[in-house]
Amino acid sequence: MSETNTNNTLTQRDQPAVMGPQVGNLALKDGVPLIAEDGRELTTLNLGPTHPSTHGIFQNILTMDGEKIVSGVPTIGYIHRAFEKIAERRPLYQITTLTDRMNYCSSPINNMGWHMTVEKLLGIEVPKRAQYIRVIMMELARIADHLICNSILGVDSGAFTGFLYVMQKREEIYEIYEEMCGARLTTNMGRFGGMERDLSNEAIRKIREFIRSFPPVMQEFEKMLNRNRIFIDRTVGVGPVSQEMALQYGFSGPNLRAAGIDYDVRVMSPYSSYQDFDFDIPVGYSGDTYDRFMVRNGEIWESFKIIQQAVENLPEGPFHADAPEYYLPPKQEVYRNMEALIYHFKIVMGEIPIPVGEVYHAVEGGNGELGFHLISDGGRSPYRLKMRRPCFIFYQSYPELCKGVTLSDAIIIMSSMNVIAGELDA
Amino acid sequence: MLSNQEIADDLLAQYGDKIAGFEEHHEIMSVFTTVETAKPMIAYLYNHPTFKFQYLTDLAGIHYPDNTGGELSVVYHLHSWTHNHRIMIRIFVPIEAPDVPTIVDLHKSANWMEREAYDFFGINFVGHPNLIRILNIEEMDYFPMRKEFPLEDATRQDKIDALFGR
Repeated sequence: MSETNTNNTLTQRDQPAVMGPQVGNLALKDGVPLIAEDGRELTTLNLGPTHPSTHGIFQNILTMDGEKIVSGVPTIGYIHRAFEKIAERRPLYQITTLTDRMNYCSSPINNMGWHMTVEKLLGIEVPKRAQYIRVIMMELARIADHLICNSILGVDSGAFTGFLYVMQKREEIYEIYEEMCGARLTTNMGRFGGMERDLSNEAIRKIREFIRSFPPVMQEFEKMLNRNRIFIDRTVGVGPVSQEMALQYGFSGPNLRAAGIDYDVRVMSPYSSYQDFDFDIPVGYSGDTYDRFMVRNGEIWESFKIIQQAVENLPEGPFHADAPEYYLPPKQEVYRNMEALIYHFKIVMGEIPIPVGEVYHAVEGGNGELGFHLISDGGRSPYRLKMRRPCFIFYQSYPELCKGVTLSDAIIIMSSMNVIAGELDA
Repeated sequence: MLSNQEIADDLLAQYGDKIAGFEEHHEIMSVFTTVETAKPMIAYLYNHPTFKFQYLTDLAGIHYPDNTGGELSVVYHLHSWTHNHRIMIRIFVPIEAPDVPTIVDLHKSANWMEREAYDFFGINFVGHPNLIRILNIEEMDYFPMRKEFPLEDATRQDKIDALFGR
């Protein structure tokens, strides 16, 4: 018995692997191979869902003519977690943890965008100090976000060194997060009405240390790539986005500004005291990969400027609003004080008074305008929460951008757009 | 500085009785209009010589099960960067025939937004080039963001609003 089987297996192995009419990865449409105009056969390439250079779980089905991309069909939704549906059954404070998981490279911005939305609905006035602390945290998050994007762009074009070098600085930013909220990636930072705790001495020491040590690292990173001949050859003129195209596709954030439109939510509709700070909006010219890279580098320096100003001019005063109905009392009070115990219970159980109303609030996230459209019917959870996720909106231009370019350029275009799967799918 | 009153007056002069009403929430005005008027109105505001609402910020579907004859709602968030002014345009469609004209020919960014609204609410955007599900699997045969699909066990007694005096 065993002899026959062994023989069969051997015979099968000897034969070439022919699988029906499809050999290899020929591009088929309705079973018929796709043929280019000059008679060559096209191939299909699955870029993703788990391709290292997509930096997230999403798929692009590319039809290739040799190394050139004829067309790309993006498929998204691999990490869809139905945040908008889940939010309809959660008390407001529990939705903060959902926002963490959207753009996980800059979670504090998402957290604070959500907090500000709810504060607008509830009519809570946040004290100046809390606003400044928020600004510091949001700008640190922006630096971390852009550092990842730009250094990964280096990795995708073959320069690993810069990535590892600036990772150290991101680590220091995460240590500041830890000091503020105890977490590093999914931060859940702050509360409705302000911050969960004041800036500790240790946190201020770490921020000052970051301000001292960051510029030389960033300068070295820029020296390595900004005027690097290989990097410029790979990025200049790759994936250009015109102003009209950027507007049509709803671009926002650095990708839009790279195309030369100076729209920034921080300046157009200032929130959290951004009007107090002196900073510029870097804009690009042609909207290509190099411009996107340069705009992000410029924004890192501007964020750095804002952090410096905020730390220098940090106002004295409370770090949260005097809103006992919405702001969790200190834990030791909960054990000693009846009022505090009642408020603690009501807040944790999600039984805070929520007015009927509707609010749209946008912040400048790492990737652009991050908006929350909250509709409340007075119940414990939102009636409807629509999150405007910048990635989801600008990523639909990708098929148009990658058409006709080589695969290696398509990877760089995607990388420079900073598509974050968590934000794409929500 | 553009005011909501100016826009409201202009739209009333242009569309008159096609506008069902206005609402203002935190300085953002909502214009309630009919399904047929929404698209011409968005095009009108796009091409308007002074208003220039040329940026489609977002498009949201909403389900109001109690609003008989207009159970599904579509909200268009428009933004004029010239004046830094936002408005919303809202329409209601019956759930039996949720047909809404697509605005992909005005704003390419509406492509995926409309697909998302279709995916979650089943709003049928007539004329859309590729109206298929975007975040959920293709085999799904229901629209999950509608209110008839509760997230938790509906028999749970500890989270009823009435018990907490609401």
